Amino acid sequence: MKVFTNAQAVKGPLLIAECDNAAFKELVSVTRSDGSKVQGQVLEVFEKKAVIQIFEGTQGLGVDNLRVKYLAKTATVGVGENMLGRVFDGMGQPIDGLEYFPESQRDINGAPINPVARIQPDEFIQTGVSTIDCMMPLCRGQKLPIFAMNGLPYNKLAAQIARQAKVLDGKEFAVVFVAMGSTHAEADFFREEFEKTGALNNTVLFLNLASDPSVARIMTPRLALTAAEYLAFEKGKQVLVIMTDMTNYCESLREISAIREEVPGRRGYPGYMYTDLASLYERAGKIETSDGSVTQIPILTMPADDKTHPVPDLTGYITEGQILLDRGLFKRSKTPPITILGSLSRLKVKKGQVREDAAALADQLYAAYATGIEFRDLVAVVGKSALSDRDVAYLDFAQAFEEEFINQGFQQERSINETLDIGWKLLTLIPKSELKKVKEEHIKKYYPQ
Amino acid sequence: MGKLIAIAGPVVTAVEMDNPRINDVVAVGTENLLGEIIEIRGKETIIQVYEETDGLTPGQPVTSTHKPLSVELGPGLLTAMYDGVQRPLDKIQALAGSFITRGIAVPALDEKKKWEFKPLVAVGDEVVEGQIIGTVEESSLITHKILVPVGVSGKITKVEKGKKTIRDPVAHIGKTPLFMTQHWPVKKPRPYKKKISTNEPLKTGQRIYDFFFPTVKGGQCAIPGPFGCGKTVTQQAIAKWCDAQIIVYVGCGERGNEMTEVVKEFPELKDPKSGKPLMDRTVLIANTSNMPVAAREASVYTGMTIAEYFRDQGYDVAIMADSTSRWAEAMREISGRLGEMPGEEGYPAYLGTRIAQFYERAGSVRTLADVNGSVTVIGAVSPPGGDFSEPVTQNTLKIAKVFWALDAGLAAKRHYWAINWLQSYSLYAEQTDSWYDENIGKEWSTYRRWAMDLLQQEAELLDIAQLVGKDSLPQEQQFLLLTARLMREDILQQNAFDDVDMYCPAPKQYSMMENLHSFFLQGQKLIQKGMTTTELESHKSVEFIGKMKYTKDLVRLGDIK
Ligand SMILES: Nc1ncnc2c1ncn2[C@@H]1O[C@H](COP(=O)(O)OP(=O)(O)OP(=O)(O)O)[C@@H](O)[C@H]1O
Ligand SMILES: [Mg+2]
Repeated sequence: MKVFTNAQAVKGPLLIAECDNAAFKELVSVTRSDGSKVQGQVLEVFEKKAVIQIFEGTQGLGVDNLRVKYLAKTATVGVGENMLGRVFDGMGQPIDGLEYFPESQRDINGAPINPVARIQPDEFIQTGVSTIDCMMPLCRGQKLPIFAMNGLPYNKLAAQIARQAKVLDGKEFAVVFVAMGSTHAEADFFREEFEKTGALNNTVLFLNLASDPSVARIMTPRLALTAAEYLAFEKGKQVLVIMTDMTNYCESLREISAIREEVPGRRGYPGYMYTDLASLYERAGKIETSDGSVTQIPILTMPADDKTHPVPDLTGYITEGQILLDRGLFKRSKTPPITILGSLSRLKVKKGQVREDAAALADQLYAAYATGIEFRDLVAVVGKSALSDRDVAYLDFAQAFEEEFINQGFQQERSINETLDIGWKLLTLIPKSELKKVKEEHIKKYYPQ
Repeated sequence: MGKLIAIAGPVVTAVEMDNPRINDVVAVGTENLLGEIIEIRGKETIIQVYEETDGLTPGQPVTSTHKPLSVELGPGLLTAMYDGVQRPLDKIQALAGSFITRGIAVPALDEKKKWEFKPLVAVGDEVVEGQIIGTVEESSLITHKILVPVGVSGKITKVEKGKKTIRDPVAHIGKTPLFMTQHWPVKKPRPYKKKISTNEPLKTGQRIYDFFFPTVKGGQCAIPGPFGCGKTVTQQAIAKWCDAQIIVYVGCGERGNEMTEVVKEFPELKDPKSGKPLMDRTVLIANTSNMPVAAREASVYTGMTIAEYFRDQGYDVAIMADSTSRWAEAMREISGRLGEMPGEEGYPAYLGTRIAQFYERAGSVRTLADVNGSVTVIGAVSPPGGDFSEPVTQNTLKIAKVFWALDAGLAAKRHYWAINWLQSYSLYAEQTDSWYDENIGKEWSTYRRWAMDLLQQEAELLDIAQLVGKDSLPQEQQFLLLTARLMREDILQQNAFDDVDMYCPAPKQYSMMENLHSFFLQGQKLIQKGMTTTELESHKSVEFIGKMKYTKDLVRLGDIK
């Protein structure tokens, strides 16, 4: 290992230091004059000079009396099945008072899955949330983000999904929960929630706080995904990774890019943000050589509720659908406030995974609700008297759908069959002759008598 | 041998290179990573690396191959799936497992497989560049034509027919052996005799793309749209059902799962004409968003060169590039690392030129072999925020002749294909009209103009109806609105996942239009006689029209009474 004592400059999280042919992305340990240590990584390297990004931030770092030690390895994280039930900080250090002994060390950037080695995701994960399971079902190996808004209880939804999610065929299931840029209060909420409900036993928790330096935030999801890949592809588990809040992650990306004086893209975010986000989201998947799977639910808050903002926009361009939250529903006290209009899962659950009527029922519910909402808008203009009986039935349906289907609260867990039965019950509110999207035989079988 | 002096992501700098030339391929570092020279600054050679550069250190060696980035063209291309620089992904999987690791060198084409070479020339024949000298049955659908490489001509002195590998000579011109394969630099268009014009549409089996905004064989089409509106579903549907003979599908910086879908689905789907698996006419290039960006930049050229090569054999080829925006972003990223002066939104100033050059490689041509072939290009564009005023969309629209405008509003209403019929256009429509009138049905162009006009009128009437209410419009106008609604719901909307409606051949499209047109004419008369739109709305002919798309053998709409 090579050690140097000459540094030239400190700028934002970057340290420019002397080196002798360091490696691109090599890890560096820097010892301050007072003996304290920080970690960094080589971002750009020349024969005698390296640009080093310091994870903990450069606060209090000067160029004198430094010891810069090149560690001859790229960033790795210790992983193992024994991570389940444990709480780590955003750099992968245990913060639950116990030591951690990893089973293996892994490069945090992973390697791209070969597209020919992938298996198309089509196996069901039950989240226990009706709107998701019926209207935008999640498949193992899928990436399906939640587009949230400031002020909405998306953390409760995140915790609910983490607690309730399961697979129905008895395979081993695990959750990797990643908080990025969370406040202390949020981090405490997640931790207590998982401990209280016992969900922690099946969960690995990574907590990166708002007060942590931005460089560390770039590492956190990579560590977590490396752990998830290990649990999935080497230990054969069905792993659900929940990452919140991607907007904080992107802020950090923007900050570092600005300090490096890169040419900014839209709204100051770096031009490579699409590629960077893809390097996280594309780590979801199922592969031929393993029974396991990595599924992702990234959560992001849309600045100013704007879906075209770069964070939701670039996310939507990479993920396979989206779960959209709605302020209106929340104001009308419908929780979780997931709107089915504008939400979509692009992947399809294969036959036999859920009840035969599920897909067509979802189409029928969607069509009926969309029609009901159209009438609701119309009533606002022309008044209810202008509506026919049929129209009023749709109006009532939309109302009841929000009340009974969407509004299940954060505590209730529903099986997919319970959800489907509620759907059928609600369909009795509209004339039976209008049920054109569901099969005749399914009406016979599932329509409440 | 050169040596590395700096590394910054995919861009590295070397010195002491032996005769470095722009675009030559180099081996970088001890792992022999694949790279390309992109700039020479005095003593320094700047290289973009097609693989991840983590762990690379200054001082490591760099050697030039002294050849530009090329693809190998010959039997074995069909059914293959390559990364952006033509490395076969299945071979990489066999060597490295489920994840792509670095420094793997594998030949693009199978060197062991024996192909039955059937010569079309004899000793003593004079041959010229690009001429077809023999054939190989490559797949159940395609006969691969073996071409004399560009720049070679003369008298055939030896022919070797029978089972040959691509490394065995199949003929000689003097001392020069000819093989079944040839190399071609990807960034250089392959030559042809001349461009020709054609009226023949590329039929996609999709009503909005055939009837309303058609393209020709050799056409240049762009499909811009916000996320989740149907770019990929369109590209896949056209790859499945269009009447090109060869499909080159380039997944450029998009999702891995979408490529998997193609690989799993295409072998099971049957070509509507021959009943043979669709995979047998398909070449896939997959450089997904998490694979190296430099190789992503190369992927569209790799695809285009393969497309041109099949064109040169006399085939009609369609190439889909999903998404050209990711290609442009790769250009931007490399340009940024080079410290080039950025143009609009950080894209390099040459963005427009590169896009134009790419689309210009499409077209119908008379090949060097004196046969006709074509390359139709269909490029998806992914504008940030769905805003079409951004540079990639704008530069693409300058050159593309067909603009399929995806609309977030329509997609949100689940009106699929979510193509905005008022905004989209095709500059080929006049040409294809004459072909369709002659070959499918003589009223094709009449119906097309009627339909476009109807939708235009609907838009205007809906504006008025917003103000005064639908009910206060005169009956004729209410009826027009009804017909337009049926046009939208029962003709324009087409579910790509419905077993029957996913493919709607041109004659069926014609019958559907004929029926709706007949409904309109008859309805107008009945309205004049005093019937109301409400009465017509619940007439059984409306139900008939609604079922047309799900009906295989369509009959004519009878008299409405
Ligand atoms: N013709 C169609 N029939 C049925 N569904 C469709 C059709 N077109 C689009 N869709 C629906 O829209 C979804 C998104 O389409 P697609 O994946 O093609 O979007 P995209 O424009 O490629 O988005 P991105 O830019 O994110 O890749 C599909 O998964 C499907 O549910
Ligand atoms: Mg797409």
